[in-house]
Amino acid sequence: MRQVLSKGSVNPVTQHNTQQAQRKAAMAVLAHAEAGEIAARLRDLALDVALPPHQDLRAPENGLVMLRGRAGGDGAPFNLGEATVSRAAVRLASGEVGFGYTLGRDGEKARLIALCDALVQSRDFGGAVERDVIAPLREQLMVRRKQAAAETAATKVDFYTMVRGEG
Amino acid sequence: MTTIAELPPGFADKVLSAQSTFRSVMDAMARPGSVQRIVPGAGTPDRMMRGTAAIALTLFDHDTPLWLDARMAESSDVLKWLKFHTGAPVVQDTSIASFALISDGALLPALDRFALGTSEYPDRSTTVILQVERLDAGRSFELRGPGIDGAARLQASIKPFDLFERLAFNEPLFPRGIDVVLVADDAVVAIPRTTRIVSKES
Repeated sequence: MRQVLSKGSVNPVTQHNTQQAQRKAAMAVLAHAEAGEIAARLRDLALDVALPPHQDLRAPENGLVMLRGRAGGDGAPFNLGEATVSRAAVRLASGEVGFGYTLGRDGEKARLIALCDALVQSRDFGGAVERDVIAPLREQLMVRRKQAAAETAATKVDFYTMVRGEG
Repeated sequence: MTTIAELPPGFADKVLSAQSTFRSVMDAMARPGSVQRIVPGAGTPDRMMRGTAAIALTLFDHDTPLWLDARMAESSDVLKWLKFHTGAPVVQDTSIASFALISDGALLPALDRFALGTSEYPDRSTTVILQVERLDAGRSFELRGPGIDGAARLQASIKPFDLFERLAFNEPLFPRGIDVVLVADDAVVAIPRTTRIVSKES
């Protein structure tokens, strides 16, 4: 029997990697966003499309993580100190499980991040969340970073060493 | 990517639920034979009772090696749930387990295979959590020992039927020995190592 592959079939490994990359990129944005901003954007999104019912798989909790550094960037590792981290896990009724981790004690933010992570994985809501929540937040983050970079650049001072003319 | 899709949730309120469950287990241990209630606040995986799940979320962590009976160990739901919510390592060797979860009394191994503690550290023994059919009806047992004023009467249908005879092996071991927690849905009865069965009638 000849196996026929439909034109649109995607290698599951590739698909998995793409989704992982997408979730990673979303997490990078969400972790730096304000809890209020994420909540507001999710609220706006909920007006357009009804968000699926979801439950807390792991209620938000706070804990400590040990931050490790390396002397000079590539030397022996040492424990720099501990940082407070909040985490949560949310499951959609359709089965997708999202995880949220963020610095600080804002458990609600961790829960919102987990919800976004779950939605990103969902076939029905992934596109909408990427478009209406993550992309605008990413833009904001970029603007903020650029502004900070510009403000820092304005204070740049170049030092010249004058060479005396004689000799 | 739906590997943990069917995972039931943990406690909705971690701190208060864990405190109230701990209180129930502590009261059960302090008054052997008395039936304590656990307020269920968590999802339960297949083959695990509500009380067992609450006790697991309250007492287990990455420092408590865990032994599961064959029926639980073959359920990937139970393994995943325990790993996600408690982080407790599941071990094959009964003699290093802090807790043993028994879903079916017929699968209870010989009790001397569990950790019995040492004379210096009698607390390093296995606590056996045994799911039973009922703790409000069935055969009648009379219990005596510390924490009991006179005698306590316990009505329960328990498998294995000779559990209390088997627990008599605790007697010469003291202070070493095994503590047992019986769970039937949300009811809990503890039989610590000091409790002795005096008589029973069917």
